[in-house]
Amino acid sequence: MLKVEGLHTEYPNERGEIVKAAQDVSFEVPEGKLFTLLGPSGCGKTTTLRSIAGLERPRSGEISVGGRVVYSGSRGIFVAPNRRGFGMVFQSYAIWPHMNVFQNAAFPLEVGARRFSRSEIRDKVMRVLTAVQLDAYADREATKLSGGQQQRLALARALAMEPELLLLDEPLSNLDAKLREAMRFELKRLQRELRITTVYVTHDQSEALALSHAIAVMSEGRIRQIGPPREIYDRPRTRFVADFVGTTNFLDATVLGRGAQAGSFRVRTEVGDLEVLSGDELRDGDRVVLSVRPEDVDLSEGRPEGANVWEARVDQKVFLGEYNDFQVKLGERVLLSRCHPSLRTPVGNAIFVKLHPEKCVAFKAA
Amino acid sequence: MPTAGTPAMTAAASALPRSFDWKWIVIGVCVAVTVYIAVIPLAFLLWQSFFTPQTAAKAAQFTLENYAQAYGSSDTARLFWNSLQFAFGASLFSFSVGTALAWMNERTNTPFKALFFALSIIPLVIPGILFTVAWILLGSPKIGIINLALQDWFGLEKPLFNVYSLWGMMWVDGLHYSPMAFLLMTAAFRAMDPSLEESATMSGANIFQVARRVTLKLTWPAILATLLMLFVRAIESFEVPALLGLPVGIHVFTSAIYQAVHRYPSQIGLASAYGMTLLAITSIGVYFVSRLSSRGSRYATMTGKGFRPRRIDLGPWRWAAAAVFVLYFLMIVVLPFAVLLWSSFQKFYSIPSWQALHNLTLDPYRFIFSYPNLGRTVWNTLLLSFGSATLIMLVTSVICWIVVKTRLPGRWLLDNVASLPMVFPGLVLGLSIMIFYLNVDVGVYGTMWIMFIAYVTRFMPYGLRYNTASMLQIHKELEESAAMSGASWVTTFYRVVLPLLKPGLVAGWIYVMIVSIRELSSSILLYSPGTEVLSITIWELWENGQYVELSALGVLFILALFVLVMAAQWLGGKFGVRE
Repeated sequence: MLKVEGLHTEYPNERGEIVKAAQDVSFEVPEGKLFTLLGPSGCGKTTTLRSIAGLERPRSGEISVGGRVVYSGSRGIFVAPNRRGFGMVFQSYAIWPHMNVFQNAAFPLEVGARRFSRSEIRDKVMRVLTAVQLDAYADREATKLSGGQQQRLALARALAMEPELLLLDEPLSNLDAKLREAMRFELKRLQRELRITTVYVTHDQSEALALSHAIAVMSEGRIRQIGPPREIYDRPRTRFVADFVGTTNFLDATVLGRGAQAGSFRVRTEVGDLEVLSGDELRDGDRVVLSVRPEDVDLSEGRPEGANVWEARVDQKVFLGEYNDFQVKLGERVLLSRCHPSLRTPVGNAIFVKLHPEKCVAFKAA
Repeated sequence: MPTAGTPAMTAAASALPRSFDWKWIVIGVCVAVTVYIAVIPLAFLLWQSFFTPQTAAKAAQFTLENYAQAYGSSDTARLFWNSLQFAFGASLFSFSVGTALAWMNERTNTPFKALFFALSIIPLVIPGILFTVAWILLGSPKIGIINLALQDWFGLEKPLFNVYSLWGMMWVDGLHYSPMAFLLMTAAFRAMDPSLEESATMSGANIFQVARRVTLKLTWPAILATLLMLFVRAIESFEVPALLGLPVGIHVFTSAIYQAVHRYPSQIGLASAYGMTLLAITSIGVYFVSRLSSRGSRYATMTGKGFRPRRIDLGPWRWAAAAVFVLYFLMIVVLPFAVLLWSSFQKFYSIPSWQALHNLTLDPYRFIFSYPNLGRTVWNTLLLSFGSATLIMLVTSVICWIVVKTRLPGRWLLDNVASLPMVFPGLVLGLSIMIFYLNVDVGVYGTMWIMFIAYVTRFMPYGLRYNTASMLQIHKELEESAAMSGASWVTTFYRVVLPLLKPGLVAGWIYVMIVSIRELSSSILLYSPGTEVLSITIWELWENGQYVELSALGVLFILALFVLVMAAQWLGGKFGVRE
């Protein structure tokens, strides 16, 4: 449905330096799917979204939606943002303070290329307001809404013109933590019900994992990895992706040889030899980095069965309610582990560490 | 709701013809108006200063005679020296008074805080010409009430105070503009985050160390900018030098320009040469003010959080402070207005006494109401101020949109061009516009239009200021979301930007309206019979020596302005105008 090919966008900052915001960005979003651009601030995700919206003019590349080309550098096509017909929710919500709730949502229907009668507008607006549960507030001043309600109004306004494509620019980042979690479910429900093709921009990895059909992790203007949430989390392809999406332990290692299964390898680390998985084609003697998620570092007081087991010592522990965070020492090496709170081994005691081979991911050291 | 991608809509959007975009028309017209209005007068003033006056018989010829005449005589040195003395004296005086008041109001517990507020509207309500006239009635050696009263009480032979002197000029001008200094310094005090001072205190510094090493260091750009602004304002001042300086032969640049134009035959070339000099001085001043302000904004770190500066408890001294303030208030509001009110009920001007009290009459008011063309004069005044305020606010809203919201190359130039008239003293602006339309005959000279052009030029920078402040508050996503909703630029501007700009738009409109109503120094070179405005009528009454009639008109004028300013405050409150 949405196809972005070889997109380059640059702009001058306040000091006149050229910021290379998006570099060779390419991806496709199938009809009805939610696609997330994830990355730290300044990685180019918002610029990419704004290029799709038409609010930034890219330098080169091509963007098409449902076969309609809205931007093409080589063919000199640039459709103005108000002619693209995409809905967009902004980070600040951009609710117009001089209009009430109804007027805000009705605006796209009044100014768009297609003309609607008064009653048509009324019907459509009330339908979207009902969809976001704001129908009871139609006559209220927009500034009198709470943060969550403003966020839903922004969503309703974006949906009112029944857009081909919905663009969401960090829509939840201005909400407090509780509300953010509630809205996450809400947003997911709406998107799945309406089956509207959506591009979602966020720096919050848990949001991205919770909502998306597919995620593109970006840094320094480039896409580092594209895949479904599980793949991004479980099989990061670079150190950056592993580090940015979730918490992880890194271990430097050297490849010893192939492992028992396809795609598995034996490696040597400072704490001992391990069996790991890798998407890269590794050769003997390659320097690699291992990533192991804290929840995949199993701790137990009795020695467990299988490979990748060592004895360590509890160095620190933190009780966090739902789980316990342990820092354990293997020699001089500290590993972070996330365990069920029932494990209460005191600090200083010996403990066994097991790293599941299929949870240890190796990639070539940069 | 149907899923995305309704084919009908896609087709409709792409099938639309590349319709003509009104955006460029609106922007083009606004930019053209701005550039024309701001650049033309400067160019022609420069041209005229190097040419002989153009007459029907003889074309203009290049000459350096104007400058030779202007700088050849020792009179010019005196002129320069007088102007500098006057401007320095007046600006230093108003600065010291204004700073002391601002400090008292912002950082101490001086009583009568409500009166301080009144200070902010006085310069708007009492026009310079009336303030000067009032102080002549108070401080003239022959008829000045203060002089006579003091002489009477202390049995003095000679009057204590002569308003017709350089010191008198500094006093009257400085006093009249001390509220401006008060407002500027209040802003400077407020712009500073008090936690910066507090953290110095917590680090162990005493009050003087805090003042010297933190407060002063942080506010010095603002202090210098305020001083410079007051200096530029004083050197542009026309009413005080004309009314107090000319009768005793103390000339400054503005009064010299006025005289050169009004001599027969009028020496426009000489006036232009003077005008260029004055313009050079004000330009340098304004340039440094803007440099300082941009540096100041780096220092001023207003967080807006928990802003509540500690107030210094003056103890019993606060009553002394209050007494000083009351005395000041007497001199700037009560006495000037009272003396005008008194004189407006007299047949001939006489100093207050029991006998004079019996001669109270309404004759001056009768005279004013039967004054020929009063109706037309009021109408002219209102029409001009209404028209210029409206045009200025609309044009500058587009200009400041370009400057603030776009990344167009050269937008800073547009900002500077629109702010250019700021360096023009009113009299010099009037002069250059007069010269231009005398030479370029488009049927404007001698009509209301030439005054309209002068007003729009003169007050455009103020409109731009108000609009820019408001425009900066509008998050760019508010416009972008309108574009994403399918709105064109013109629709977005009309339905989103202008309504959101309303606080600045309304406040600026009111301000420009009020300053236009009292405008004198440009109008005085541009009016002709039939296009007089109220301030011109006051000027004419003064020239004719009709003091009591002038007082009556003055009282009415001040009352009307007061009502207008109050209405503006109320209106401003209603539209949520932030100060």
